[in-house]
Amino acid sequence: FSVLSFLSSLLLITYKMPLLQPPPAKYGGRHTVTLIPGDGIGPELLNHVREVFRFSCVPVDFEVVHVNSAVETEDDINNAITAIRRNGVALKGNIETKHTMAPSVKSRNNLLRTSLDLYANVMHCQSLPGVQTRHKNIDIMIIRENTEGEYSSLEHESVSGVVESLKIITRNNSLRIADYAFKLAREKGRRRVTAVHKANIMKLGDGLFLQCCREVASGYPDITFDSMIVDNTTMQLVSKPQQFDVMVMPNLYGNVVSNVCAGLVGGPGLVPGANYGHVYAVFETATRNTGKSIANRNIANPTAMLLASCMMLDHLKLYDHASSIRNAILNTMNETRLHTADIGGQGTTSEVVQTIMRFIQSKGQLTSEY
Amino acid sequence: MTARSVRSLSGALKPLFSNRCPGVYGAASCNQRQKSTYTTIPPPARYGGRHTVTLIPGDGIGPELGNHVRELFRFCCVPVDFEVVNVDSSVASEDDINNAIMAIRRNGVALKGNIETNHNLPPSYKSRNNLLRTTLDLYANVMHCQSLPGVRTRHRNIDIMIIRENTEGEYSSLEHENVPGVVECLKIITKTKSLRIADYAFRTARAKGRRRVTAVHKANIMKLGDGLFLECCKEVASGYPEITFDSMIVDNTTMQLVSRPQQFDLMVMPNLYGNVVSNVCAGLVGGPGLVPGANYGEDYAVFETGTRNTGKSIANRNTANPTAMLLASCLLLDHLKLHAYASMIRRAILSTVSETRLHTADLGGQGSTSEVVQSIMNAVQSTGPQTLSI
Repeated sequence: FSVLSFLSSLLLITYKMPLLQPPPAKYGGRHTVTLIPGDGIGPELLNHVREVFRFSCVPVDFEVVHVNSAVETEDDINNAITAIRRNGVALKGNIETKHTMAPSVKSRNNLLRTSLDLYANVMHCQSLPGVQTRHKNIDIMIIRENTEGEYSSLEHESVSGVVESLKIITRNNSLRIADYAFKLAREKGRRRVTAVHKANIMKLGDGLFLQCCREVASGYPDITFDSMIVDNTTMQLVSKPQQFDVMVMPNLYGNVVSNVCAGLVGGPGLVPGANYGHVYAVFETATRNTGKSIANRNIANPTAMLLASCMMLDHLKLYDHASSIRNAILNTMNETRLHTADIGGQGTTSEVVQTIMRFIQSKGQLTSEY
Repeated sequence: MTARSVRSLSGALKPLFSNRCPGVYGAASCNQRQKSTYTTIPPPARYGGRHTVTLIPGDGIGPELGNHVRELFRFCCVPVDFEVVNVDSSVASEDDINNAIMAIRRNGVALKGNIETNHNLPPSYKSRNNLLRTTLDLYANVMHCQSLPGVRTRHRNIDIMIIRENTEGEYSSLEHENVPGVVECLKIITKTKSLRIADYAFRTARAKGRRRVTAVHKANIMKLGDGLFLECCKEVASGYPEITFDSMIVDNTTMQLVSRPQQFDLMVMPNLYGNVVSNVCAGLVGGPGLVPGANYGEDYAVFETGTRNTGKSIANRNTANPTAMLLASCLLLDHLKLHAYASMIRRAILSTVSETRLHTADLGGQGSTSEVVQSIMNAVQSTGPQTLSI
């Protein structure tokens, strides 16, 4: 009985402290981070990240693992997963999922998220001062369940012409994500958490999610909790997005709502995203676009990927480097002539990156030569 | 725009139907897809020259808006009688909704307010609106989002038609909890229904002169389900060479909608994405008070507001925006082929919406519902047709 209670208390400990991760490993004072280039604009943007890091003398080494999306074997993605288990942190571009391939070829991004149990996808959408958008003063944090829900990849065709897709909602995962959301809200000083659901139709599934959120909310009396149906949420987002503070939701609604918010603050080129688990963390652009049509043309917006790398530096507790790069990025954003095509300008990726590096240099910190 | 199938051999031999579908004499083995009756709908029944339409008031703002519709119709001498069927959303028995369904089967057409689905009731209590849609097989939900001239919005020149599969997909209400704490929800996609909705979408595009149809899906994740939907759309698209067909993943679609909605023309999609996308579009053109929606099936048509809001918090306060419900009633009149009345009322509504001082709270003004309705009636009277005295 004592062994059982000891084991269960261990489980409780690991469950109760998701935000308290062991300090990242440093060898010779340098961190090793897995880098997965992905497809489309991923490789070029990650090269820029490496360039900026080398220039700013950030003590991070990248271990590059390529994942080929055109082959059917899962060896590549398993290598990447092993590398991330080894290093603990990763920065990735999006890996393309061709839906013309056989259905047995699972989405590589999804495999990565579920194998590493990266249960929380966090996206912080903020109106940037230099970017002109239709809505102003948006500051929304979106916490999306990342491993279950509609993305279980469990489908079958029992009768020909009739396909059943399973959407799985479990109590454990819902409690976990709700807990994460409230902890994050408290840490960042947020006042209100909104759960987004469709429990009037999916009574058991989203009903369970909502119930778990309410349970967790009762333990955080300083934070207001309310819920909103997903269709009303999206409508409110396009008319009055300033009313939202922190939002927590299952996987598919998270996908849609995060893309709407990204569109509201200026597009997919501006918002970084982070996937957190108990042990691992993977950083990428929030809307996970491959950007095949603009690949290798020097017109992609590097902001999202660079801000994601700053989030990674914060995770590695390299706060000084993170804030210096972030300041440089935000200052560059204020210059309209440098805006890339997606935010209505004509600047190139390399110009933006050069300007960022010049800003970093002008602050007087240690940098390597050009 | 409902499609009718010839059900009986005797019906097939009647002169009225005989020139429609020559291959239908073996009606028992007739494949539904071979009907050529798509554009010829039998005329709606009239008794003494008047139509009977089922009216389901619903909850929240439904009853008051339904009353305004009746008031306006009576004022304009529209030859429509309403058969009111009340559905009580707080009782567990399904008798009320079954009565409503029977009334709609009888009349063929209905106008409804949204019936509340209290999610505090046990899960065995199904959504009444959903029951109605699936029982009557109203497979196509059509919503036309257009920027109205008098309403100021952040985006201009939006003209999107959204066709949403209305009976299957995520709204099958099939859920179970095999293991405590683990719930499985089934999302069903079938070939027949996907072909049917794609067919409806392309026919509508052709009938309205639209150039481009976009299918919205998430087939990179739900390969079998949305993959099947996409395949069916592609199949149907091959039969309409003059219409461009493309597809877009739902997350990219919503992002494009908030940055550049003018690129979309007609969109077709399964149930849940349709819900989200139609609400986003309604938000873009000015809110839930402005957009009407229609649910079409083979034999029945039900009209309601596009975003199906109950509006409990603004009920009975004379602040609700009647535009959506009144435009839905115009769609109903068009369906009944009372085009003159429909265009007269629609013109009056659009001229009233242009007057900023009459805007209701949801559009940023301070007008009341009754003022708006009075103004519409004045506009109708001033154009000259026969009206009752105010």
